[in-house]
Amino acid sequence: MKVAYWPGCVSRGFTPELHGSMAKVAEILGLELVELDRASCCGAGVIAEHNQELADTLNARTFALAQNEMESGASLMMNICSTCQGAQSECQERLDANSPYREHINSTLAEEGLEYRRGIVNKHFLWLLVEEIGLEEIKRRVQRPLTDLRVGPFYGCYIVRPTDRLGIDAQHPRDAYLHQLIEALGGTVVDYAGQYKCCGFPVITMNRETSLKQAGRHLGDAIDANADCLVTPCPLCHLNLDLQQPLAERVVGRPLGMPVLHLPQLVGLALGLEPRELGMSKHVVKPTAVIDWSTSVVGGIGTTRAA
Amino acid sequence: MPEYVLRIRRYSPDTGAAARWQDFTVDLEPHQSVLDGLLQIRDRQDGSVGIRSSCQAAICGSCGVRINGRPHLACHTHLESALGTSGDGIITVEPMGNMPVLKDLIVDMDAVHWKKIKRVTPWLVNSEPVPEREYVVPAQSMLDITQSMACIQCGCCVSDCLSMEVDPLFIGPAALAKAYRFVGDPRDGEHPARLKDLAQDPHGMYDCTHCFNCIEACPKGVAPMNQIMRLRRIASADYGIEDDNNGYRHEHAFVRNIERNGLLHEADLLPDSYGGKFHPRAVPALVGSLPAIVKALMRRKVTLGKALGHPHKAPDDVKRIFKVVHQRPERRELNLYVTGTEDEDEPTYARGGPTDGSSAGHTPAERSPNA
Repeated sequence: MKVAYWPGCVSRGFTPELHGSMAKVAEILGLELVELDRASCCGAGVIAEHNQELADTLNARTFALAQNEMESGASLMMNICSTCQGAQSECQERLDANSPYREHINSTLAEEGLEYRRGIVNKHFLWLLVEEIGLEEIKRRVQRPLTDLRVGPFYGCYIVRPTDRLGIDAQHPRDAYLHQLIEALGGTVVDYAGQYKCCGFPVITMNRETSLKQAGRHLGDAIDANADCLVTPCPLCHLNLDLQQPLAERVVGRPLGMPVLHLPQLVGLALGLEPRELGMSKHVVKPTAVIDWSTSVVGGIGTTRAA
Repeated sequence: MPEYVLRIRRYSPDTGAAARWQDFTVDLEPHQSVLDGLLQIRDRQDGSVGIRSSCQAAICGSCGVRINGRPHLACHTHLESALGTSGDGIITVEPMGNMPVLKDLIVDMDAVHWKKIKRVTPWLVNSEPVPEREYVVPAQSMLDITQSMACIQCGCCVSDCLSMEVDPLFIGPAALAKAYRFVGDPRDGEHPARLKDLAQDPHGMYDCTHCFNCIEACPKGVAPMNQIMRLRRIASADYGIEDDNNGYRHEHAFVRNIERNGLLHEADLLPDSYGGKFHPRAVPALVGSLPAIVKALMRRKVTLGKALGHPHKAPDDVKRIFKVVHQRPERRELNLYVTGTEDEDEPTYARGGPTDGSSAGHTPAERSPNA
């Protein structure tokens, strides 16, 4: 399967392990990633707050670049960042809803010969895994089942709200996909209070205490629920939950030390890749629990299941 | 008639007893509401169940509760749909969050919600001179605030505000949406003062974390978070209000960052949001972040070269888009609440696949082709 791939900014900036692990996992899954290397930042909601038309035009440009790839064989556009998914879906909602507005935006893109055509399919890697590849197929490809690994899903905000904009309904329970995936990979889902809450990242410069309290509280809740690690589909959540975790510890006044994995890292682990190959040594909070777990599982195929 | 089990959270602070769950079974039609169920329980099974309600038509905003963990109007939620979201076949009903419980499902709206509403001067302050008869304003100029005027003060958004959960002083979604109702009203004469007040308050409009919970919670389509974004946009672009919370600076630093680099260059964003690397405001923030920065460098998450250099450059056409849009005489905005969604065929939002039935979920207040 070939996809027009939008890696976003942070996966090539402060979370390089995300971009790297995605590339490794794609290879195993037979996903051909055609990178949209001329596309720009989605605006992360901040550009839309500044000027809606600016955000809509930048994202229409990204969609148009993806649609060009789709004309030459890519099935859809894929991203690996919840914030990109949410911000781009918001722009797409407006662009798709109103043709005079879409024409206006396209008139700005026309100078470079680009045009956004209504109805692009833009899916986060999580959605692609469940809806395009399928959980059964993923189960078949598991080399190292995540047996006894207790994983807390951290969805965050942008990929689950608002539900109508993100296409969540009874047929597409996208707000349960992390749960379903962890189980398909053989892991144990740990439910905890913070799984659908905000990581706090958006206000880190405006209200540091609110921001770090949010991160610290969710990490603490996950510890109290006996999670070995968290997994998140959003690199911005990863920044607040992992990079800022030492600071969050001070604000909430308790030691945390909770490893936080990017989605492709968790998938890669089950597909047989080693923690180091997946860039886990780059995390601020060492994923010791996960590494210990990965070395304690003997053999791989079949053996742990049989046991 | 089908049976439904309602699991109610019972709590009376006066008694000193801990909160507990109590199950009740009701016999009602699927299209009847959770409120119908609660009222039947109170009438026939246990008169001591506390629930506040009045109109039973989603107008008065009295019966906000959490149903299966999410805030709803009890009168506006069918028993059958509540059963659908229950997971285990038992409909749980709890009081709303972020507000103290007075009894069972009744929360103290005065202690939180109304206090915050009062905080934003929720009345029109006449612009001078006051006309002899009525103010005459173009209908178009009022369209945009119809969305915030749709608020029925039920408190559902306050219940689930994630910023308020950790910062109880946050003015919050309902009150900020109310503030926009006046900032967007051309008859009000205090726009700059209102905006400055909300921007400067450390628990004001820049304390919203953009989590969409209020949009999801609102039964009337007010989308409080969108109104908060409008407040920020107007404060920043129309009045140039530079607040002490870095709201203005963060927005402008972010926009400049993308205009220059095309992709976000994170290493610049933090210091620039405080006014630049060498600004006195930035120093404590950077020093405070040192443990994170040092760890990130140690783990080779970030290399010094990447942090200090600028590996990306925005393509020329991206720079041109910034220029073209910034030079427009007026900001162009599309409010789907006002314009509605074209129904030429099914909306597609990121779904794809022929089996996807979907609805846009917006409440079109009015169709206006050129909005």
